[in-house]
Amino acid sequence: MDQQSIFDAVQEIFRDNFDDEELVITRQTCAEDIEDWDSLEQINLLTAMEKKFGLKFKLDDVRGLENVGDLLDLIERLTA
Amino acid sequence: MNPFAYPLDTGYILQKKRSLKRKLLEQPGLIEKKIALLSGSTIGEIKNILELFLLSHGIKPTFYEGGYGLFYENLVFDDGSLTAFAPDVVYIHTSCRNIKLWPELSDDTTMVQQKLSAEYSRFEQAFRAALGLNCPVVVNNFDLPVYRLMGNREGSDFHGRVHFVRSLNQQLASLVENSPNLYLNDLAYLQAVHGMERFSSQTAWYAYKYAVSLDCIPYLCQSIANIVKSIFGKNKKALALDLDNTLWGGIVGDDGAEGLVLGNETPAGMAYTEFQTYLKALSQLGVLLNVCSKNEEAAALSGLARTDSVLRRDDFICFKANWEPKSQNIAAMAQELNILADSFVFVDDNPAEREIVRQYLPNVAVPELTCPEDYIAALDRNGYFEVTNLSADDARRNAMYKENIQRTQLEASFASYDDYLKSLDMHCQIGKFDAPHAERITQLINKTNQFNLTTRRYTAAEVSALMEDDSYLTLYGRLEDKFGDNGLVTALIAHRTDAQTLDIDLWIMSCRTFKRQLEYAMFDELVRRAKAMGIKTIVGHYYPTAKNLLVRDFYGTIGFEKTAEDDQGNLTFTFTGLDDYTPMCNVMDIEIVS
Repeated sequence: MDQQSIFDAVQEIFRDNFDDEELVITRQTCAEDIEDWDSLEQINLLTAMEKKFGLKFKLDDVRGLENVGDLLDLIERLTA
Repeated sequence: MNPFAYPLDTGYILQKKRSLKRKLLEQPGLIEKKIALLSGSTIGEIKNILELFLLSHGIKPTFYEGGYGLFYENLVFDDGSLTAFAPDVVYIHTSCRNIKLWPELSDDTTMVQQKLSAEYSRFEQAFRAALGLNCPVVVNNFDLPVYRLMGNREGSDFHGRVHFVRSLNQQLASLVENSPNLYLNDLAYLQAVHGMERFSSQTAWYAYKYAVSLDCIPYLCQSIANIVKSIFGKNKKALALDLDNTLWGGIVGDDGAEGLVLGNETPAGMAYTEFQTYLKALSQLGVLLNVCSKNEEAAALSGLARTDSVLRRDDFICFKANWEPKSQNIAAMAQELNILADSFVFVDDNPAEREIVRQYLPNVAVPELTCPEDYIAALDRNGYFEVTNLSADDARRNAMYKENIQRTQLEASFASYDDYLKSLDMHCQIGKFDAPHAERITQLINKTNQFNLTTRRYTAAEVSALMEDDSYLTLYGRLEDKFGDNGLVTALIAHRTDAQTLDIDLWIMSCRTFKRQLEYAMFDELVRRAKAMGIKTIVGHYYPTAKNLLVRDFYGTIGFEKTAEDDQGNLTFTFTGLDDYTPMCNVMDIEIVS
């Protein structure tokens, strides 16, 4: 999967999850930018991404994910 | 498609929870309930998803969330907040992750026994504290531990954790069995259904302290919601069953009865036979079986007459084998049985028939059927008929409805309705609420929707409290006739608001005894008792719901005057004719038992 398709799929997950069809994310978007993005939601996002990309994140993978950019990099690394 | 029906698309539910919630909140007629969630592990997403499942059953919850892992402390040492919240239901989310004292290999049997009893007591104490809140309490049993030190021996050796958990579950089952208001959510069974690897993921536990992995939380919540909706009288009551390729393989009109696939000689035949056996067992639980098939009646009957057919014509109440649209047949059956169409589950292998029923009768449950080997799961996993109380009446329900159909046939042969009623040889027993009848009264209060003037729901504990309170006047009624015993079918609760005024809080009657003058018999007795108390005025209320339009004018028909109406459609009625009252019921023999 190329960078753009990963980005599009992640954006779709964010839109579904936060029930906001207009939501636009960037690599810098982080929990502080989206009101409902708390630790509970983080788990949901990660689970949705596991499903979407057919991955299983390890404990180490999900440590220190600060923003959308970190998420994109992780998915790119694991799907490469 | 209903996203809350088996098999669940758990990813979809989790991701779309916000938009699903938004849509579910638009439904009319939601009932509000307060649910306290106590935590043995993370409950965040359990709250969100449980909310969706409850909403899908028409229940709008508000939640109390206990502190993380503090189920014991929150319950046993309530700081007052839980009591003040006054929950309608408590759910305690514990799991084997909450067991502290596991057996050690160096322990002797006495030591292991002590640990077992210490662990059991801790949970029992928390559960009993929850029961002190006087509402239904739903508790988990324990899932199996995810690793086995000794391998298979863990299940037989008293040092084994598997053995330990199973012993705890045995004790817990006895506690639930013997404690009214306590209900078991079978976590161990759920874990088995979905598989330990998927259900009890170590990642979910280490990373987020979820005892149940996120992917299985929708199934957990479905299970809890099934118990809750059953307690609040929202179970389904009847099945409308197609025949061809649903109860047997093949088309009886084309293949003939002898050409059908049924019986234990073929794999598909076995599947149909076991499905029929499952349905027959459901009918013994009180679920009403009905046929809804596009067929000639004679052909349909010939299929059921096969010697290897488990189900017989006699097992069904309504039998619609005709060429009418199935949605119309279901509506007609609902009318004949005097239940709401919403109470039906429609079972048909044909996707087009399912779609039509979904369109015309959106509240009828329509499970997806794929192949005969999955038919049982399609019903079973959805929990349409989740049993939370099993009364003797349930077992007799099919017989009672059949008797009702006989009554209807008899009715047609009488010139006047009163003559017909008299011919039924009715015998009615009326008494005040008492302990032997309390369970059935509570069940009736919580599931009656049509003849229900106020739709107030009462827990078992509240019903018991009423029996002790002198300011309350309670009445129940049982009705028998020449076709059989209908059991306890009506109840009334009233309380004194001042020396001369009585206010009717609740008046309900099971739909199977509508129009038998039983309501007159109850009112006659209410007036007699009220007069003895010096009452001059009886006040009645009608609160509209989606289902009780039937009784909107009921008080008007028995001599009340309407005195108020608000913009919600709530009506108030007053009755003052106590002094020169003439009893209205003259078609049955009435026995006052208490």
